[in-house]
Amino acid sequence: MFEIKGLSVNYGGIEAVRDISLSVPAGSIVTLIGANGAGKSTTLRTIAGLVKPKAGKIEFEGEDITGKDPAYIVGKGITLVPEGRRIFPNLTVLENLKIGAYLRNDSIEEDLERVYRLFPRLRERSWQYGGTLSGGEQQMLAVGRALMSKPKLMMMDEPSLGLAPLVVKDIFSIIERVNADGVTILLIEQNANMALKVADIGYVMETGQIMLSGKGSDLINDEGVRKAYLGG
Amino acid sequence: MADFFHQNLSYFLSGISVGGQYALIAIGYTMVYGILRLINFAHGDVFMCAGLMMVYLSSSLPFAISIPLVLILTVILGFAIERVAYKPLRSAPRMSVMISAIGVSYLLQNAALYFTGGLARVYPEIPVLSASVVIWDAPTRVVTLVTPFLTLVLVILLSLLIKHTKIGMAMRAVSVDFETSQIMGIKINKVISMTFMLGSLLAAVASFLYFTNYASVTPTSGSMPGLKAFVAAVFGGIGSIPGAVIGAFIIGICENIIKGGASIFGIPGSGWTTFSDAFTFAFLIIILIVKPTGLFGEKSVDKV
Repeated sequence: MFEIKGLSVNYGGIEAVRDISLSVPAGSIVTLIGANGAGKSTTLRTIAGLVKPKAGKIEFEGEDITGKDPAYIVGKGITLVPEGRRIFPNLTVLENLKIGAYLRNDSIEEDLERVYRLFPRLRERSWQYGGTLSGGEQQMLAVGRALMSKPKLMMMDEPSLGLAPLVVKDIFSIIERVNADGVTILLIEQNANMALKVADIGYVMETGQIMLSGKGSDLINDEGVRKAYLGG
Repeated sequence: MADFFHQNLSYFLSGISVGGQYALIAIGYTMVYGILRLINFAHGDVFMCAGLMMVYLSSSLPFAISIPLVLILTVILGFAIERVAYKPLRSAPRMSVMISAIGVSYLLQNAALYFTGGLARVYPEIPVLSASVVIWDAPTRVVTLVTPFLTLVLVILLSLLIKHTKIGMAMRAVSVDFETSQIMGIKINKVISMTFMLGSLLAAVASFLYFTNYASVTPTSGSMPGLKAFVAAVFGGIGSIPGAVIGAFIIGICENIIKGGASIFGIPGSGWTTFSDAFTFAFLIIILIVKPTGLFGEKSVDKV
């Protein structure tokens, strides 16, 4: 469904991503783990169209979407839940959700209802400004906002960052629920343990390259991965 | 008390009127700042150009055509300035864009100098607006009375647009976070263009009102009202639309009270009018010292 072939990206004067290839089958959860600065975020930002790649190809449902602008890519059904959530603090919760559906011209009521069912807390706070929510609520809003674009592929950049362990558990169960609803997930995490547990396929990234890949359950037992990312 | 108002009514009336005109210009400054963090120094000159366009167009066309035409052309001018002078500098340091804005300002003034030959052009008398009326013994023009109401109506319409429409929501989103707006599918450049076009439209409306009062247009006619509208925007808290409007009315009214100082404060002297502009800018300095973020300004958090 989604495939990257030989992607290289220069970012901030360095080659942040070097010749990586990965594929995301429809309906799966794929995770990309690795230390800080490994090039994970740059990969997602390139897919989203925020950064132009130096070389390589990004294909989605058989179409070459390399270097297209972000609006085109959202329109194709790829959405990004950005690192640090990036809620619009000066927009209400409801407006934050509506803006997720910015490109759509059809009725959004049904999807709004779906998001509210998934996150009842957001319904209670729909008139509050985004900036007044707690970190966990903001993460829910960021996921809800992304779902409002009716994505086929949802990319998530460090959804557990800065959240309490209990909230992180919630977020991961939500990821699985969204996936069960038919949305393919590409997840970036430093919390490798959690990520590999939910993922069908995992890729391990180091200094801009993919070092290892395999089934999530295999990687979690891999000696090298355990040593490097799972604390022994 | 009633006597006092009666005697000085003309100063208060023109204060409110000039305040409304400054407000319409100030909105253009504050909206562009809100989105681009740019002080658009060319905005006062866009206002002047609207005045000149009216002079030339109305000489051969009836008002029913020339007025809408001036509105449209000013909007196009604002759009074109953004496309040519600011858009290519989107990822450049803020200072470069500001210098570009100063360049556009001088370009417009010099273009105006070329077309007018440096002579003051007489502004046409727009029917109804330029008619004289007497209110409570104070002679004035209809425009003085129309201005505050028209300003309020336009400000309310603008607030509704920003608060309740899709493009308004996009403007608010873009003003806090370019990148996240982009991944929502918002086309940043469209939203920025829209902001410049709205600002220019209001400046064109202000030009009808302002020049009807002042009766002539010169290439530098835009600098002083532009500068004062800018002071108003800073006073209100740059980036805030209600702030700019309130700031503009306060400055307009204060300025005219100073002009009427001889009769209002009962201190005779011919220096009052001369110093009214100095007052405005002294006021700016005081605001910047006492409350740098203005009345309704956002806390000075730098955009990350």
